[in-house]
Amino acid sequence: MSTTTQQPPAAAPKNVNRLGFTMADYKGADSTLCAGCGHDAITSQIIKAFYEYGVEPHRVAKLSGIGCSSKTPAYFLSKAHGFNAVHGRMPSIATGVMLANQTLVSVGVSGDGDTASIGMGQFVHLLRRNVPMIYIIENNGVYGLTKGQFSATADLGSKAKSGVMNDLPAIDVCALAIELGCNFVARSFAGDPKQMIPLLKAALGHRGTALFDVISPCVTFNNHDGSTKSYKYAKDHEELLHEISFVPFFEQITVDYAEGETKDVELHDGSHIRLRKADKGYDPTSKVEALDTLRKCQESNEFLTGLIYINEVKPDFLTLLNMIDAPLATVSQERVQPSEADLREIMSELM
Amino acid sequence: MRSIFQMGIPVSGKNLFPSNIAGLPTWFTIRANKDGWIARRKEIDLLVAMNAETAREDVMNLDPKRVVVYEETLKLNQYRKDLTFFPVPFAKLATEITPDSRLRKLLANMIYVGVMGELIEIDPAEMEVALTKQFKGKAKAVALNKTALEIGRKYAKETFDKTIVPYKTQRMNATAGKIIIDGNSAAALGCMFAGVTVATWYPITPSSSLCETLADYMKDYRIEKDGKANFAIVQAEDELAAVGMAIGAGWAGARSMTSTAGPGISLMQEFIGLGYYAEIPTVIFDVTRVGPSTGLPTRTQQSDILSMVYASHGDTKHIVLLPASVSECFDMGYEAFDLAERFQTPIFVMSDLDLGMNNWMSDPFKYPKKKFDRGKVLSAEDLKKLGSFQRYGDVDGDGIPYRTLPGTNHPAASYFTRGSGHNEKAAYSERPDDYKNNMDRLAKKYETARQEVSQPEIAYNADANVGVLAFGTTHWAIIESLDQLQREYRIPLSYYRLRAVPFTKHLVEYFEKHDRVYVVEQNRDGQMAMLIKLELPTHLIGKLRNIRHYSGIPLDARFVTDAIVAAEKGEQQ
Repeated sequence: MSTTTQQPPAAAPKNVNRLGFTMADYKGADSTLCAGCGHDAITSQIIKAFYEYGVEPHRVAKLSGIGCSSKTPAYFLSKAHGFNAVHGRMPSIATGVMLANQTLVSVGVSGDGDTASIGMGQFVHLLRRNVPMIYIIENNGVYGLTKGQFSATADLGSKAKSGVMNDLPAIDVCALAIELGCNFVARSFAGDPKQMIPLLKAALGHRGTALFDVISPCVTFNNHDGSTKSYKYAKDHEELLHEISFVPFFEQITVDYAEGETKDVELHDGSHIRLRKADKGYDPTSKVEALDTLRKCQESNEFLTGLIYINEVKPDFLTLLNMIDAPLATVSQERVQPSEADLREIMSELM
Repeated sequence: MRSIFQMGIPVSGKNLFPSNIAGLPTWFTIRANKDGWIARRKEIDLLVAMNAETAREDVMNLDPKRVVVYEETLKLNQYRKDLTFFPVPFAKLATEITPDSRLRKLLANMIYVGVMGELIEIDPAEMEVALTKQFKGKAKAVALNKTALEIGRKYAKETFDKTIVPYKTQRMNATAGKIIIDGNSAAALGCMFAGVTVATWYPITPSSSLCETLADYMKDYRIEKDGKANFAIVQAEDELAAVGMAIGAGWAGARSMTSTAGPGISLMQEFIGLGYYAEIPTVIFDVTRVGPSTGLPTRTQQSDILSMVYASHGDTKHIVLLPASVSECFDMGYEAFDLAERFQTPIFVMSDLDLGMNNWMSDPFKYPKKKFDRGKVLSAEDLKKLGSFQRYGDVDGDGIPYRTLPGTNHPAASYFTRGSGHNEKAAYSERPDDYKNNMDRLAKKYETARQEVSQPEIAYNADANVGVLAFGTTHWAIIESLDQLQREYRIPLSYYRLRAVPFTKHLVEYFEKHDRVYVVEQNRDGQMAMLIKLELPTHLIGKLRNIRHYSGIPLDARFVTDAIVAAEKGEQQ
């Protein structure tokens, strides 16, 4: 048995996606980051993934905290509203935004400092609540804007540009996320668009918090020998879990691989994520296996990438709140203001 | 309290309790009088002493000839000869009703209510009605408590000569059609009728019951026919997240709110600055308690004024509404949402523990018949006509810009919100002129707000050359004090009740018309007096006098009267 993807029958016009938008509709302002910054590579993958998946730009809310990474929402989807909040507090903003309008597609961009240092408190509660959004960590292990101090994801023994050694253990945001009940946990490398784009599209098809930890080298402060977040280190130590492809809900699936060679996971929106060459028989739907694999790679200094954990069953936070389908932001006065008779009733109970 | 209310007598109750879960001494004071004064009164006429730890001190503090009802075994009559004592074997009497020791303790409380009812002649029928209301739907509890009430009443009748008690209740008609409610519930109702859709909060005394009561009411009145909620109430992980969610929701267009107390206001500072600078609506209730730090969590004060008005670093100034009564908690709770969306900024409503957690008598709240003011929001239709818009431009000359909501389907709708420097188009900018223009427009917006916030209530006294100025719950002691000063000392005074910051033009006028103005407030440093001084022209600043009460106990009229009499005496010399 084998499967292949099929294009929709009516061939779309060239250079537009299924919704009729061009790639330019997904671009933003010019980046002001350092040339060669991993973050800019991620920005390009976001643009491509959103274009290819086909999201209406005006339906997206781009959210961030403070730091180099948090500047990047200005560099993609300029037709979407963006909100660059305060340091480490993007999760609460994202939660509020999604409460106010659950029809939006929220994409949050954070950094390792913004998430795992100052923002740890809000980060863990976002995961625990399973607020529907894509949460990208552009992880370089250092504070770029303040000139290269270590963050909480810097590996033990990693050397700073100044020569200082990091003597504290790193927080593994992926392991943490799995522990906290996050149902979509992926890790990738800014220099690997082949893996990043299908993962981003899969994140778009997921309902709940999709955590995407992307190692994104800081060319200015953390790309030297001795760094464990450099381009060279990532390439040398990368341990691919599987090759990933994405079959969107609007395309048909056909079979073209021998059974056992691939593993398909169906996402909330009906799309499929297909994992190939999972020769170790890795099962991303097993929490135990995911945590075990992360642990082993950490011990052997391997940098594990791929879809580490996925579970499409758990309800997201907004579903739990059982809210009306219409955005709360724009519900009419008639609908949200109880009547004069209601007030009279309440008053008479207090007499 | 409720049965006295039902007899038509104006009444107020105040719970003075420690910050713990159960077990430490608690005081509950009830004030009833034909004149309708409902501020706390310092002097106790009738003491019910049930607590061994505090009974002696409470008895020693009484004025002569006052009445003490007490648990017999406390032997309080040994301490004073100038009081009237009524010893009651509460514990023993309770044993007659039930063998359950936990229940006995509760029933002892109902027995003293029976004793008091007999001594001050509360209508037994009204006590029964009150009881039934209190234990609504719990027939067994009603029956048990009724028995306790009866035992107390019978014991008092058979044992004491009630004619020696100089205090009696007499049926009046001053409470007909009135309600009894606490300020937090009243504020919650204001929010519900303002159509709040997102409420995010973190538990903290004395504000917790605001969002909890809101959740209860919303379940009754805001669930739609299909069982779905047209609101979201979320208990956040801390106050930073609570206000962050409220600001995120406000940005996306919801009518959002949070409620907290002083420590929460401290934690929220950074986000409040973002709300001010990025111009995002939300409503923040501060039910104030005693600071600094953890302070006295279960006592009342008005000491967060400066941390609200100037919340966050950099140049900021905020709108603060100052309710004095439960009906103003309702009205201002409602009004705050209109103001937040009109001015696109966080709006504070400053209640306090005394108002928020105690029960107050009030006229029923009036239904707000206005249309919601959703502020300057441009729709896709509007943008089609306009072609484009500038998020931070001052089109109307009032300092208030236009905004669009995320999700608006028009290519010109989007903009990028940031707490960093920005120009009119919301683009990042560090240019000095962009920064200054923006800050000047924000200042202009604040000037516009002066006309639209709750206006003061001013009672000019034609005979007075001296005035009083107060706000919030201080009001109740002030009106009683004004009466005392007039009747006992022949000192006529004008009264200015401030209802919001920023101040209105009336403030300067009031100072111009009087030789001295006493600003009365419940904090150590005179925080409101400081703000007023900043506002007054130099030649008027010398007229300001400041009376400060900050023990944590609600202000009483006599304190104000004594302070003003002493100060006025000083002025005459």
